[in-house]
Amino acid sequence: MSRLIDIPHGMSRRHFLSHMAGAAALAAPATAFTNSILANATDMRKRHKAAILLWMGGGPSTMDIWDLKPGAATGGPFKQIATSADGVAISEHMPLMAKQMHHMAIVRSMSTREADHMRGRYYMHTGYVPNPNVEHPGYGSVIAHELVSQVPDLEIPPFVSVGGGSVGPGFLGMTWAPFVVDSNGNVRNLDMGIDPARLQQRMAMLETIEKKFIGEKRGGSADDHMKVLDKTVKLMTSQQMSAFKVAQEPKDEQDKYGTTGFGKGCLMARRLVEMGVPFVEVDLGGWDNHANIFTTLQNQKLPELDKAMSALVSDLADRGMLEDTVVMWMGEFSRTPNINGGGGRDHWARSWSVVVGGGGFKRGVAVGETSSDGKEVVSEPYTSQDLMASTLKALGISLETTFTAKNGRPMKIANSGKVIKELFA
Amino acid sequence: MRDRFASTRAFGPWLFLAAALTHLPLQSAEDEHFGIPQVKFINAQISAGWTDAKLTPSKAANDGEWCRRVHLDLIGRVPTVDELNRYVADSSPAKRAELVSRLLGDDYVDEYARHWTDVWATVLIGRNVQNERVNRPGMRQYLRRALSKNIPYDQFMEELVTATGANTNKKDVEGFNGATNFLSGKMEEMGVENGVQATAKTAQIFLGLQVQCTQCHNHPFNKGKQNQFWEMNAFFRQTRALRKRAGTDDVQWVELVDEDFAGEGGNPEEAELYYELRNGLMKVAYPVFVDGTEISKSGYLPAKLEDGSSYGVHRRRELALLIKASPFFPRAIVSRMWAHFLGYGFTKPVDDMGEHNPPSHPELLDGLAERFREQSFDLKELARWIVLSRAYSLSSVTLAGNSRDDPALGEKPKFSHFYLRQMQAEQLYESLLTATQADKTRSGEDAAKTKDKWMSQFVIAFGTDEGDDATTFNGTIPQVLMMFNGELVKQATSTGKGGFLDKVASSPMASKKKIETLYLAALARKPSTTEIETANKLLVARGGDVVGALQDVWWAVLNSNEFIIQH
Repeated sequence: MSRLIDIPHGMSRRHFLSHMAGAAALAAPATAFTNSILANATDMRKRHKAAILLWMGGGPSTMDIWDLKPGAATGGPFKQIATSADGVAISEHMPLMAKQMHHMAIVRSMSTREADHMRGRYYMHTGYVPNPNVEHPGYGSVIAHELVSQVPDLEIPPFVSVGGGSVGPGFLGMTWAPFVVDSNGNVRNLDMGIDPARLQQRMAMLETIEKKFIGEKRGGSADDHMKVLDKTVKLMTSQQMSAFKVAQEPKDEQDKYGTTGFGKGCLMARRLVEMGVPFVEVDLGGWDNHANIFTTLQNQKLPELDKAMSALVSDLADRGMLEDTVVMWMGEFSRTPNINGGGGRDHWARSWSVVVGGGGFKRGVAVGETSSDGKEVVSEPYTSQDLMASTLKALGISLETTFTAKNGRPMKIANSGKVIKELFA
Repeated sequence: MRDRFASTRAFGPWLFLAAALTHLPLQSAEDEHFGIPQVKFINAQISAGWTDAKLTPSKAANDGEWCRRVHLDLIGRVPTVDELNRYVADSSPAKRAELVSRLLGDDYVDEYARHWTDVWATVLIGRNVQNERVNRPGMRQYLRRALSKNIPYDQFMEELVTATGANTNKKDVEGFNGATNFLSGKMEEMGVENGVQATAKTAQIFLGLQVQCTQCHNHPFNKGKQNQFWEMNAFFRQTRALRKRAGTDDVQWVELVDEDFAGEGGNPEEAELYYELRNGLMKVAYPVFVDGTEISKSGYLPAKLEDGSSYGVHRRRELALLIKASPFFPRAIVSRMWAHFLGYGFTKPVDDMGEHNPPSHPELLDGLAERFREQSFDLKELARWIVLSRAYSLSSVTLAGNSRDDPALGEKPKFSHFYLRQMQAEQLYESLLTATQADKTRSGEDAAKTKDKWMSQFVIAFGTDEGDDATTFNGTIPQVLMMFNGELVKQATSTGKGGFLDKVASSPMASKKKIETLYLAALARKPSTTEIETANKLLVARGGDVVGALQDVWWAVLNSNEFIIQH
């Protein structure tokens, strides 16, 4: 039998056939199977670690959100409010998150050097500055790679990116690339529309061609193609695809997260983690506020963020998932303390904040400190590598893990970053 | 393993023909450059690199592979079965040069222009269609005209960098100039009209210099200084992108104009701009090119006084002249074109050629750049030199002596074998149309819009002001799903009356020939014995339904690595 059409693990042939029969079968899952998945999901939820990255594309102004400087010339108009974490204040425009801060930790002493979008995006995702000679894997690929063995029954991709592209898998290879979906969870082109026996015959033909080409030793991408085919067939025939269907949630649950793209994405992240997915990235763009930053933040960005992020954190906590699920919030950098002539802030990487929580992280603290005008880190500065090392530790992933890049060079996980001690009890 | 031996047997006559023409040393080194000195130069430079690195070059690609490769790269689609057969049957030693001349000549001018319009539209305005200040049909209209006339590359650059007029070609809109779309969406961000993106993209595309980091600070890793960014930016300060409306507001467009620039200090004789240092200090900038050449500080456009004396300066025109004279200008395009054909440019990324990023073949790069300038910036000639070079002729099958030459492993490319790369989405689309003999009249704007709609499923925007985007057409699951089940492939594999599969099925050919036709149309080779055997099993499984079995084979062929990968 063709390797490409192996029946997914844990699925009977009869069942496999029942939902290979076409779209109708995919839309109406067989009850017995669904029940077993639900039972599995409960079980998985207890066992498996996962991480959700809330990626703020464009570079959010963290001194208007997590590290306010009221009264300073650079401070802007926003006031700060107290939160459920003792002694931790955040922006007045994040009132819902203020009630969840006892679950989270702010790192206010990030100091990085990459203030170009694409470079910063790469650096914050991988822990490495861009290098013309090697492509490094980002958080999603690394964490999926390390945690996927905890979820042997997972049939859908272990790294899902909602509403954005994340960064690629680098030297880990295309099989660890993000599976990109829009925030409605629509996966295009899922329905094959032919009967499974015929699909199997087609796959046998396809495998013959694939193997011939691979055998000619023309380079790695020929082999990668076949691996991705394999994964695709698995996914097409999986009931676990229902995790993408945010619309299946009760209406009040959907309302809690908000019906924005980001709200739906956060709700989808929770559903995917429940199903066993070890890494989900949810993208919220629009933070590149070179002009009119304060009205944009107050009226658009912060309300959307506040609603969805607070719903996600409280939901994970209520479901007992936060112990095993790390939540991270960051962008590629932050914005200048100085307010420019257009009422905006430009790119700034020297002193800024990220937020983490869940897993093994200490809760309800703010780590590090910036100067009264926000322009300098006055405590020990932390880098992308340090943040990555800390996140891996919070997930129980060994920092001694070493990858072998394609050229045979050993690459230490998280670029040998140092754990941020204050984030652990 | 069995497959490989079996396939060699089935290839018998085919391979023999290919070997007779390319594998055996029938051609002297003299012949291999087809009498073109620039090709000879490339070959000498590239093989010197092999010697230095102790690499053995791969054998030459066989006829089918090379014919498919050059069609994909020059006109953006696989060859038809007729084109392939004609090339393979040709026994002239100069047949490669002759094929290239055909593809670059009048017979293919529409297809050439369509393909390179796709390539340049992606470079100039990206694939994301969301920017409402960019009119994609207008951009394409300009590109199709410029590329089908093969205007010199310096003129092309100048027309894009200095364009004025309306970006949209519609009724009630006067002064259409599609070239304005390069800059129309790059003049303003978040309500501030400062030409920051125009500066960054002009330097990146036409000079191979990444200056955007120096907008806010001196670059930490290269010599870029913040003043350089803003001094380049000063060239765009006479330029404005005006939003226009007509009728009942349903016709909207952008008009790119040049106006006198009063300067941020209010003195148009010395029209300056200010930028902010990291420490909050403001500094002044006037137009200065990256090499330090200054132009007049005047913000006035050229005009004459009553006494006949003239004053003022056209900053963008001055910029175009400086770009044209710069050594960076031909280097940037030579490396971009090399990357188009060989998969990797002389630097990675191809448009980051600053001193901090040394090229893999510095002498080849400079020598080719000089020759391109001497050849009056003729893009078709440059393409000809590259595709007729030995580097482009090599097989992608690696040898023990060159498998370590793999830029995917982080090594600098030595081009000792052809590097695999996936087709671009546009190439796949056109190839499917060609292979299925679908739409014969597909160079018009309507066809382009249908393709846009299909392309839009792959675009991911990054949520930055710079309009960065990426594609999910990158070998991941969404792409495979599209190939498995998508509408386009459904159409390509349809068994409808009068369609491609129906025609093949109902032709008088023997069934083996029918399968061969599918293989030739998509893969430019004949099937192996094992492949024929598997296909015959499909015919049995279909109960003798020939068109049904051909559909299964065709689906598998189109979904294969060999089809989607340029090899």
